Amino acid sequence: MLKTLGAHIKEFKRDSILTPIFMILEVLFETIIPLLMASIIDDGVKKGDMKHIYIVGGCMVVTAVFGLVCGVLGGKFGASASAGFARNLRKAMYDNIQTFSFSNIDKFSTSGLVTRLTTDVTNIQNAYQMILRMCMRAPASLICAMAMAFYVNAHVASVYLIAVCFLAVILFFIIRKTMKYFNQVFKKYDKLNESVQENVSAIRVVKAYAREDYEKEKFSKASANIYKMFVKAESLIALNNPVMQFTVYGCILLISWLGANMIVTSSMTTGDLTSLLAYCMNILMSLMMVSMIFVMITLSIASAERIVEVLNEKPDITNPENPVMEVPNGAIVFDHVDFRYKKDAPDLVLKDINVSIRSGETIGVIGGTGSAKSSLVNLISRLYDVDGGSVKVGGKDVRDYDMEVLRNEVAVVLQQNVLFSGTILENLRWGDPTASREECIRACRLACADEFIQKMPEGYDTYIEQGGTNVSGGQKQRICIARALLKKPKILILDDSTSAVDTATDAKIRKAFIEEIPGTTKIIIAQRISSIADCDRVIVMEDGQINGIGTPQELFANNEIYREVYESQMSGSGDFDEEGKE
Amino acid sequence: MAHGPMKGPHGRNMGKKPKIEHPGKLFFRLLKYVLQKYTVSCIVVVICIFASVLANVQGTMFIQTLIDDYIEPLTKAANPDFGPLAARLCQVAGIYLVGVLASYAQSRIMVNVTQGTLRKLRDDMFHKMESLPIKYFDTHSHGDIMSMYTNDIDTLRQMISQSIPQVLNSAITIVSVFTCMVMLSVPLTVVTLCMVGVTTIVTKKVAGLSSSYFVAQQKDIGELNGYIEEMISGQKVVKVFCHEEESRQQFEEKNNHLFESAENANTFANILGPINAQIGNISYVICAIVGGILTLQHMTGLTIGGLVSFLTFNKSFNMPISQVSQQLNAIVMALAGADRIFRLLDEEPETDEGYVELVNAIEHEDGKIEESQKRTGVWAWKHYHKDTDTTTYRKLQGNVVFDHVDFGYNDNKIVLHDVEMYAKSGQKIAFVGATGAGKTTITNLINRFYDIQDGKIRYDDINVNKIKKKDLRQSLGIVLQDTHLFTGTVEENIRYGKLDATHEEVVAAAKLANAHSFIKRLPDGYDTMLTGDGAGLSQGQRQLLAIARAAIANPPALILDEATSSIDTRTEKLVQQGMDRLMKGRTTFVIAHRLSTVRNSDCIMVLEDGRIIERGTHDELIEKQGKYYQLYTGKVSNDLAG
Repeated sequence: MLKTLGAHIKEFKRDSILTPIFMILEVLFETIIPLLMASIIDDGVKKGDMKHIYIVGGCMVVTAVFGLVCGVLGGKFGASASAGFARNLRKAMYDNIQTFSFSNIDKFSTSGLVTRLTTDVTNIQNAYQMILRMCMRAPASLICAMAMAFYVNAHVASVYLIAVCFLAVILFFIIRKTMKYFNQVFKKYDKLNESVQENVSAIRVVKAYAREDYEKEKFSKASANIYKMFVKAESLIALNNPVMQFTVYGCILLISWLGANMIVTSSMTTGDLTSLLAYCMNILMSLMMVSMIFVMITLSIASAERIVEVLNEKPDITNPENPVMEVPNGAIVFDHVDFRYKKDAPDLVLKDINVSIRSGETIGVIGGTGSAKSSLVNLISRLYDVDGGSVKVGGKDVRDYDMEVLRNEVAVVLQQNVLFSGTILENLRWGDPTASREECIRACRLACADEFIQKMPEGYDTYIEQGGTNVSGGQKQRICIARALLKKPKILILDDSTSAVDTATDAKIRKAFIEEIPGTTKIIIAQRISSIADCDRVIVMEDGQINGIGTPQELFANNEIYREVYESQMSGSGDFDEEGKE
Repeated sequence: MAHGPMKGPHGRNMGKKPKIEHPGKLFFRLLKYVLQKYTVSCIVVVICIFASVLANVQGTMFIQTLIDDYIEPLTKAANPDFGPLAARLCQVAGIYLVGVLASYAQSRIMVNVTQGTLRKLRDDMFHKMESLPIKYFDTHSHGDIMSMYTNDIDTLRQMISQSIPQVLNSAITIVSVFTCMVMLSVPLTVVTLCMVGVTTIVTKKVAGLSSSYFVAQQKDIGELNGYIEEMISGQKVVKVFCHEEESRQQFEEKNNHLFESAENANTFANILGPINAQIGNISYVICAIVGGILTLQHMTGLTIGGLVSFLTFNKSFNMPISQVSQQLNAIVMALAGADRIFRLLDEEPETDEGYVELVNAIEHEDGKIEESQKRTGVWAWKHYHKDTDTTTYRKLQGNVVFDHVDFGYNDNKIVLHDVEMYAKSGQKIAFVGATGAGKTTITNLINRFYDIQDGKIRYDDINVNKIKKKDLRQSLGIVLQDTHLFTGTVEENIRYGKLDATHEEVVAAAKLANAHSFIKRLPDGYDTMLTGDGAGLSQGQRQLLAIARAAIANPPALILDEATSSIDTRTEKLVQQGMDRLMKGRTTFVIAHRLSTVRNSDCIMVLEDGRIIERGTHDELIEKQGKYYQLYTGKVSNDLAG
């Protein structure tokens, strides 16, 4: 894991090395200061030697300035190294995600990827800066202060050694226990907040059933539970400070006693005593620091693991070595195709599919949810790879094509479609970056989108909000179809892309397809029987297999599923909905 | 903190600089809120802080005594007697011990105070939230509401448990150290104060410089995170359009911007510490030199021990000052969150001036209605008449009348105009019309999710305003288009409609809704845990559960919003059957999308722009050849075209 992450430090190696060096230097200067202070007291103040005070004071100012320079440089390099590391990690992840196939994306889920790119990277950035600046500094400061204490008076300094061991053991136990508690608490805490979220979005249900009191009671119970767990965990943390104080005070008392004895027997000076007391704080504070770093690192391990998962993910669809760069026509052949989403899944999603589709044909696909309609068409543009058999486009296996060439010729309007923030025109140009305004308008006319776009206040320059929230479902679908049309593909696949469009408009779009792009192979997945009624042929899918294939008339005569669907929709449970007026 | 559900990566607290109108007022309100329950605890905590600070300060003072009164005389004595020193050390140890205990007591009590306050705050927020009118949820984004429970509560925890005690601690330390310093030497105190002034000025300068970088950093984080969220959600589309390269370039640009601003912002944050520390050291040197001169010339009676102590104080004076300035920032941040939370707590709850109650009843043969304590299956409205001091009962039947109803979500924009409608017990009323015509709005008025501007709605001849909202809503079943299931088992979700339902009742309801067969096939049957709004169930299955949930409540009247989105035909049939069975014998208002539903209705209301433009049965409306005819035939002709 560390190796994978470490590889992305790259150009910030220099800064990453310089930061701890400057931090250690700062520590060194800081350790000298109590020595100089002792000298001021012993050789200056006590002996009445003003000159000595000036000289040593001067040294101390110089040391302080050096310390300042080192501290500032350490801070600067640390900031640059950690911000740079975060940038490289984000970039590496993002670049890798761009090579992901659909199945890679499915594996992580959208929110999972977003969290990894945002929160997790921020966690790592903070932890990395902490490590660079403190991981060296705190132990160095501990060691330096300890060494100086021993240098001043080995006998007395051994008190510190005992104190450090004592504190370290206790801190270790406190931290270990609290980490365990906190892991539990945070999980529960997340659950509590999830239930709030649930309540917010289902508020109408709660109110409709007059279940406010029930929900309140449920929440109060959960919240009381959280309270108990938090108190349990934080009570342990409450021990931290007193234990630290206990140790510091114990040291001060012991050293005062021992010191007094030794000063009296002249084996130590007053100055030595004050510098020893000063080191006391340094030593124990750095120990506290070390324990904090430990906690920080433990907390960020989960983030690091999540990031490494993305970095190590290998795209499972890659370009062939000598790719075919041209798709000759829009003919499609499924040759004994087997498919499943996960290699270790027990059941096939598609079983032994054999279909041959001529270039320019219009094919309808119907079937219940889970009958693998989408899976079938997703294989054509190689969004997933087959498990067995092969899919051929234009007579060649899709795995032989250059992926970009293939996908530019096979346009898919996905079921879960997305518009991006930007003007309508910008969105349309995803299909063809060089398309003129006129070409865009023509595509929109074909998709029956032109009429409502023209009515919008700024027409084609209307800004689409993130997620396309300012257009209705049906409008979004039509813009998406237009966007796909702009690719001028040899094969056009509509995966339930007119479900929110009213039947009349739906019919208009299909008519336009037949008249305007007759040479394009069109595959239309639909729930509404009317959407596929004028196709050349219809494929009826059931349970990952082709149940029937033929013209609508043939199917009506021979295929039970087709007839059942037809009758149920025609006899009156069809969609009686008129789309919102634009 | 590294925890918490990651709802949108940009927490609102990070972005804008918090701006509060009366921070003082807000602070005291928060304080009052904490003190409400924890007055004694808080007093004890303050005492403990005093005790632990004073114990600490006396320790520092002791070093002077140690050197001046014990070590100096002892070195000069021929026969040093360590007895008095030992006694004194024991005394100091005693005070230290008190300090340690006080410090523990303080931390421990604060845990209870903090967590107890947060618990109360959470409970109050949730209770308030549940009592708010639907309008609140229309006008506040769910993300904003959630962020109060997560971000704002978290910053408040930080503030109550750490910032406030630390500021108090620091303040007491500053005052007591300052007093000690003045006692030891006035001139040196002046020198120290001057250096504190220098530190403050430098800190201000650096902070001023860094704040612009921090603003830039927050802006860049927001932009980059927004971009990430948008592009990753649309990653599949990016792939389909081979848009990877463009997406990569734009990302890199934003990523580099963030790197630059983050580097600058962090640099400034990092160098503040060393600057403070080293100015502190210089302050120490100056004090040592000035103190040295003063001691040597015996001008102010400052002793060597005194100087040594003073120098220690000098060090412990600088630390709390920089701590206070740090914590003040955290407090301002937390107050912004407190402001949002208090604003939620100050929201006006849904008002309910209704007094007519729904009670179980027994219907005698002569038609007389009598109240019953048991569940009888017969319900009645208990109506108390104030003017005559009598109580009458009326059987719950499910007659609904809309009498010249006008409604708007706010007063200046009326969306429903003069709606007149009668539904007799057991009738089925269908609403059809374009999206935005007002179908859903009408149904939301019946159960008083919103209050009307003008006109009257009567339920069994009682003005709905007179009926207790809770009772009114319980008498109306509702199946929404968005189903919304809760985390819990399947059985618990169905039981939501009737909390005291037996397992048999649950199964019966599931059977009626056609949900039983699929529930049986779930891994744990009725005990299968549902999470994330029933993730893992198909939309059809979720709808079946919602129907079962409504069925178990067995309400006399129903509001149904048929789903438009594509369910496959077979599930749709099941849903249809379930809905039909549910509607049997109940007054039903249905926002219809299916022809069969519409055709079987007793009355169809055709809505356009918030007005009922046509009404009647299917046959009547077809004959009329109006809007309904257009809708209906337009559809059919299209279908036949295939």
